[in-house]
Parts: sequence; C-alpha cells; structure tokens
Amino acid sequence: MGHRHRPGPRPSGRDAGSPSDGERTLVLPGEEIPGGGLRPGPGTYRVNGHIYASVLGLLRRRPPVVQVVPLSGRYIPRAGDTVIGTVTDVQGTFWLLDIGAPRWAPLHMTGTPWKIDYGETEQHLKVGDAVLVQVESIEATGRIGVTMNGEGLGKLEGGSLVTISPAKVPRVIGRGGSMIETIQRATGCRLAVGQNGRVYIDGPVDAALKVRETLRLIDDEGHKSGLTERVDRLLRESRGDYHPAPDSGARPAPMDGDDDDEGPDRPAA
Amino acid sequence: MGSVGAKEVPVLLTADGRRIDGRRLDELRPLAITAGALRQADGSAYVEWGANKVMAAVYGPREVHPRHLQVNDKAIVQCKYNMAAFSVDERKRPGLDRRSQEISKVIGEAFESVIFAEEYPRTSIDVYIEVLQANAGTRCAGVVAASVALADAGIPMVDLVPAVAVGKIAGQIALDLKKEEDNFGEADLPMAMVPQSGRLVLLQMEGHMTREELSQALDLGVKGCRSIYETMKDALRARYRATDPATTEVAA
Repeated sequence: MGHRHRPGPRPSGRDAGSPSDGERTLVLPGEEIPGGGLRPGPGTYRVNGHIYASVLGLLRRRPPVVQVVPLSGRYIPRAGDTVIGTVTDVQGTFWLLDIGAPRWAPLHMTGTPWKIDYGETEQHLKVGDAVLVQVESIEATGRIGVTMNGEGLGKLEGGSLVTISPAKVPRVIGRGGSMIETIQRATGCRLAVGQNGRVYIDGPVDAALKVRETLRLIDDEGHKSGLTERVDRLLRESRGDYHPAPDSGARPAPMDGDDDDEGPDRPAA
Repeated sequence: MGSVGAKEVPVLLTADGRRIDGRRLDELRPLAITAGALRQADGSAYVEWGANKVMAAVYGPREVHPRHLQVNDKAIVQCKYNMAAFSVDERKRPGLDRRSQEISKVIGEAFESVIFAEEYPRTSIDVYIEVLQANAGTRCAGVVAASVALADAGIPMVDLVPAVAVGKIAGQIALDLKKEEDNFGEADLPMAMVPQSGRLVLLQMEGHMTREELSQALDLGVKGCRSIYETMKDALRARYRATDPATTEVAA
C-alpha cells in the first residue's frame, strides 16, 4: 500500500479554505485525483504514482499537497477543542467520557477543580452525567486527554443535550457567534456548543424544544444557502413577539460559507 | 405453461435467450440504493435489488466492546449479517446460524482488506447487515449496502466494494441470479471486487463449473460489478450533492 495520511481537518474554521481556494469538488473513496505534481495529503493515498481519495469529502488543493476534507464521520478530536462528554465509566482516579470520538476520553481527577481522595470520584460525577471539558492532548495511541480546568468548563447541571453532526458546528455558532446569539435571544435559552456536535440547552422545556428543532434544521440543511432566513422563520413561528436581531436581519450574505469565523464556544448568556 | 410446482423445474432459459423474468444472460436486476437511510448510525444505506431488500448500518470507529478483541495498532472490523424471520417464504428461525456466521465472516474480511484500519488504533468498526426480504444474492446486496454505509460513515478505505453473483443456469453462465435460478441452477458464484485495483475481496462458489465457465463467469461478474459501482457512487453523490460547490453558496 502506498503513502498514508490521517484524515484531514474538519470542514470548519478559517483554515478549511476560503473561496479563493477555488476548486471544491465532491470525491468518493477510490476516486482518482489528478495529482498535478502534488503530494498525497490527508484523506488520500497513493498507489503506483496515482493518487486516490480514501474518504468521502471535498477535494482541496493546497500546494504542495492535495487533500480530501471529510464531510461525514465521527468527531475527530483536536487539542484545544471544547467538547461535551457524558460519563460512561467511573474508576478510582478518573472517569471515562464519551465525547463522540473513536475512543473514550479519560478525565483524570487532577483535571478537575475538586480535591478528591482515591475512590471518591463517584461522589462528583456518576455514569450518565454530562460535562463540558477541553481536549488537552491526542497521543499516538489514540488516547485523548481532557481537562475540566478552565473558564466555563465543568459539570452540566439540568438542561438537555442535542447531538448534531460535528461538521455543522460552525453553522450553529455562525459568523462571530451570530447564529447562536440569534437562537439564544429568540428562545431565552442558554446554549453551550461542543466542537464534537453536542449542544447543551438550558431553559424552559418549550423553549428548549424549539432550540432542538432549530438545531435539527441546521443539521439537515446547514450546507444549503439561505440558512439564516430559514432559522429566523422557524424561530418566529413559535413566538409572536419575536423580532430578528437587527444585525442578523441586515446581514447581506448568508453565513453558511466554509470560511465563517467560529464563535466562542460558550457565549455569555 | 402452467404454474411451477414445488418439485417441478421451471424453464430457466427460453430458446430466444430470455430468463425467467425476461432478462438476458448478462443483465442485472433493477438496483436502487439510498445512502444515509438511518439517523442513529454513523453511516447507513438501504438497497433494493430485484426483490431483495437490505439495510446496512455502520457504527464507529468506536470502543471495542469485548475488550480482549481490541488490537493495539489498528481498528478491527466486526460484521454481522442477519436475515429477518420474515425475509423468506417459510419463516426463518431467527438468530445466528451457520450460514449467517459464515457470511458475516467473509464480508467482514472483505472490508478488512479495503479499510485503512491503522488510522484508528484500538477501536472497532461495526457493520450490521439486515436482510428484510431475500431473493438470492443477499450477501452481495449486503456488501453493496455496507460499502455505501461505510463511505457514508466517513471511514477511510481504498475504494467502494461492488458485489454480484454470477451463476450457471440451463448450461449457460448468467449474471445476478434470482431465487428460482439459484434454486434450480447448476452453480452460484458470489464475488466482490475493488474497482481501483481490480482485486477480488470475496469469491465463493457453490455447484460446478468448468475452468472455461469459471473464467467466463469472472469476466461477466467484473462487468456487473463495474455497473453496480456506478449506482453506488450515484447514491452517495445524491446524498452529498448539496455540498457540491455547484450548489453551495460561498459566503463572500
């Protein structure tokens, strides 16, 4: 087998390419990619001098490499990501968290603000509890290190969780946090969005259901144009007193381009 | 031409080269594939192929469930093929049997050879194939569905894996046998192929063929696979088409 690479970055954030990158073709596994002298990057492989896609995604030429940015798949953690995990196992000195990644992530008790003696872990977090944590490190073995020490991190009490595709997270946040701001203002709920596609909603049940419906819309149609208008319409349906925020209504371009700024993970409520 | 009795052998091939459903020897049954048919799975696909109806779901890469199966430097591929109790005329006794165990094994090994498993060490990629309605060639329909589901799940692999069964009916090599042809024919040769390299990753045979017939059958099967491959790609493009630059509006 030829040259291998780890899968490419998710199609989000500034480095995922601006319109100036030009070509953004959908490719499927096994599809030959005209190399044009470029080296095989993430999401591709090379056999006998020919380059092929290994994942379904968008082709991106970034000299000196050509890569495929995946459009689907599990959350691939990156150091610095803020994510929402649920506790799946409790050990003497650490908890195992499901963050939607290929592996469970151990949260060691030293990574928490609490002072804990051996065996007292379960007094703080039990199986099923949700936490907002930050990815610290990814090891070569695939082990994912997470911490709860940091501003805004901690156990999520009450509220509810909705899971969407990690690839749609930038759409939920919107440029400069505009989308999440719109949703929070219209529903009165407080949101925390993890890079892993989990969204924590804190607010009255009716409003939380409305947020869930909105998130489903973004998950299903977030890649199409005119998202902002559709979200506005959906949010307005439920509330007669809802008025779109002046800045979001006046925005000329839909904010569903790939080059959106990612907003803060947890904007002030 | 009366109705076909239980013991009576139907006419599998007419004098003018038509099969029981009017197909020629080198024709496939109608094939329709839907990528992304399930919400909960990481990837999924639904296949209707002739009278076959097959659903496939892919989960992972995720934690290996019986821990001892975990491999330190790569992902394992676990495949489960199952036929619903209502998938055949006579109720099938549900659950594992020798046939479904064998099929799970050969399909799992076929995918193991195309998936870049070293990218996800100590994890499992789980493939579930559920046959809802069976009419011969379900393992091939299962491979096709699972392969599309794997691509939908974003699993890195060499290529999609089209599959088809070739057989021998009335002394002739025929593509994509249906139930009566499988039951009353002389041979059945399911195969799965990697179009990128032309490599076969699944090949089984039941019945008898001469060497010449075998090589003729393989050629016919490869042609069938190439055609099925196109349908598989179309299904995936249809699901992700909206993300294509042609229809994606890029913010200024």
